[in-house]
Amino acid sequence: MQHRRDIYGVIGEFGTPEELIHAVEKVRAEGYHQFEAYAPFPVEGLSEAMGLKRNLVPAITLLGGLAGGIGGFFFQYWVAAITYPLNVGGRPLNSWPAFIPVTFELTILGASLAAVFGMLALNKLPQPNHPVFNVARFTHASSDRFFVCIESKDPNFHLEKCSRLLQEVHAHHVTEVALDYF
Amino acid sequence: MSAGQPPFDSPEIRRLTPVIGPGHTYGSVTDKISAIVLTRPTSFGWFVGFSIAFTLMGLMTVAIAWLVMKGTGIWGINIPIGWGFAIVNFVWWIGIGHAGTLISAILFLLNQKWRTSINRFAEAMTLFAVACAGIFPLIHTGRPWMAFYMMPYPSTMGLWPQFRSPLIWDVFAVSTYGTVSLLFWFVGLIPDLATLRDRSVKKPLKIIYGTLAMGWRGSASHWHRYQSAYLLLAGLATPLVLSVHTVVSFDFAVAIVPGWHTTIFPPYFVAGAIYSGFAMVLTIAIPLRKVYGLEDFITMRHLDNMAKVMLATGLIVAYGYFFEFFMSLYSGNKFDVFLVQQRLHGPYAPFYYALIICNILTPQLLWFYKMRHNVAVLFIMSIVVNIGMWLERFVIVVISLTRDFVPSAWGRYSPTFWDWATFIGTMGMFVTLLFLFVRVLPAISIAEMRELVAETSEEKK
Repeated sequence: MQHRRDIYGVIGEFGTPEELIHAVEKVRAEGYHQFEAYAPFPVEGLSEAMGLKRNLVPAITLLGGLAGGIGGFFFQYWVAAITYPLNVGGRPLNSWPAFIPVTFELTILGASLAAVFGMLALNKLPQPNHPVFNVARFTHASSDRFFVCIESKDPNFHLEKCSRLLQEVHAHHVTEVALDYF
Repeated sequence: MSAGQPPFDSPEIRRLTPVIGPGHTYGSVTDKISAIVLTRPTSFGWFVGFSIAFTLMGLMTVAIAWLVMKGTGIWGINIPIGWGFAIVNFVWWIGIGHAGTLISAILFLLNQKWRTSINRFAEAMTLFAVACAGIFPLIHTGRPWMAFYMMPYPSTMGLWPQFRSPLIWDVFAVSTYGTVSLLFWFVGLIPDLATLRDRSVKKPLKIIYGTLAMGWRGSASHWHRYQSAYLLLAGLATPLVLSVHTVVSFDFAVAIVPGWHTTIFPPYFVAGAIYSGFAMVLTIAIPLRKVYGLEDFITMRHLDNMAKVMLATGLIVAYGYFFEFFMSLYSGNKFDVFLVQQRLHGPYAPFYYALIICNILTPQLLWFYKMRHNVAVLFIMSIVVNIGMWLERFVIVVISLTRDFVPSAWGRYSPTFWDWATFIGTMGMFVTLLFLFVRVLPAISIAEMRELVAETSEEKK
């Protein structure tokens, strides 16, 4: 076992989504857990190949929507019936049908804010810098190239072995990823 | 039209018309779209167009400043016509916004691939139209610096908004719509901002785009959550977009004014909103694809589909007009019957006939394949529909208010210079924002175009 704490990992570059998925399946089959794939667009089948489970974004969105809707309704109830009651021609103070449009809008608002900020928080964004940006060719990850990076924190990480594995799955360039940020 | 593309004049070939021109790769779509922002020099035409739009926006600023100094008396509004241009323009602008959300959310849920190249600027159009719309009710209050009274906050006066009022529903609907549209647009932009960060050469640009991209690096687990969030946002924006114009129509329908108090208003307002919105998308898309050479991305298939959506929603609007007319007569309510007579023979009858010509008669040309594939005709027709939809709101607001229940309360309305200055000024603001948008952000979603390249290359195999 050769643990490397001075580098972030080793990265390989691929030209097509098919190559990327093949590489990811191979790396995973070799028993690595701490690795990540990078693609310029959401590649179909990549999540399954990576073994990514269902994420928390839908649950957070549901909670946001419930909070917006329930909070919104009872807030209106509190305003219209308790703290600022206005008697309009003897109609009931808790005129709930009239509260539905705002309740609806606040449900959508709460759910949408939760979906976006929940997604960003789970992705740990904003994160201005990251070791993979040290790789010069990584600028292509946002246009036309696909990458797989095996990270050094994986217990099985071994620089030569990992580099060889990436070359075996036909990576175009295999390079070390430096850990230092600047 | 670039070389090598099939001609679009026969129905057989039309079936084969692609949503993206042939021969494109991940790199080529990235290059072509990002080049518009990063490397292409700013053309003389851009400066001319921007200057004209910016001047008109200046006119709006002057008109609003004068309004703040003098009050709403500078407008043509009076009693009984308290709404006038401000509300006509508000409803018109907010309606235009609807196509953006429809394209980005509903067509996304329906898995319509042709939405990809038009959704980004349609969403931008939504945001800018909502911004223009928001100005009107704000300044129509007469004291826009007091507008925060509409927000529920614990004030020292112990005052709270009236949540039973459609006008407060409107505040919540429009502000939620603006916020969610902005979120949807921004989430879609994140991967493209990362592309611009990685491809820009100048340091300040790298910093600006880099900050906005928030360190997006396209990792698989990020995409995984990103796709969940995007799908959920599309699902949430769909009922939202239908609710917004419904709530706007409640501003009218909840009132007992003749011609407003009808249950057909919500669906017919929503259809009208989508109708005018698609017209505006065409008005923008046609010059955009021409000027920036994007015929490979915004193909005739897109224009054809948008024309069909316009035709369909236009027919729903026509159905709405017919039933509005029929129900007024059928109800036997003398005020409603009188309103119909006023529309047909009253002082504002020419506006009603113009509306019928613009919104119902002219768009019937879209039944013809040749018309849908004639870019010039589509462009003119999109403007005709925009005028027609503006006339619709004018007819609804002005005719009903000038002829309500008691003849002693009848009146006349005509807009003043400052009404026109504000209205034309918001058009200037809209176009100014669009010019800035196409200059600094990718007008077509690059990440989604790459996805489209991947999908179409799979189909070929």
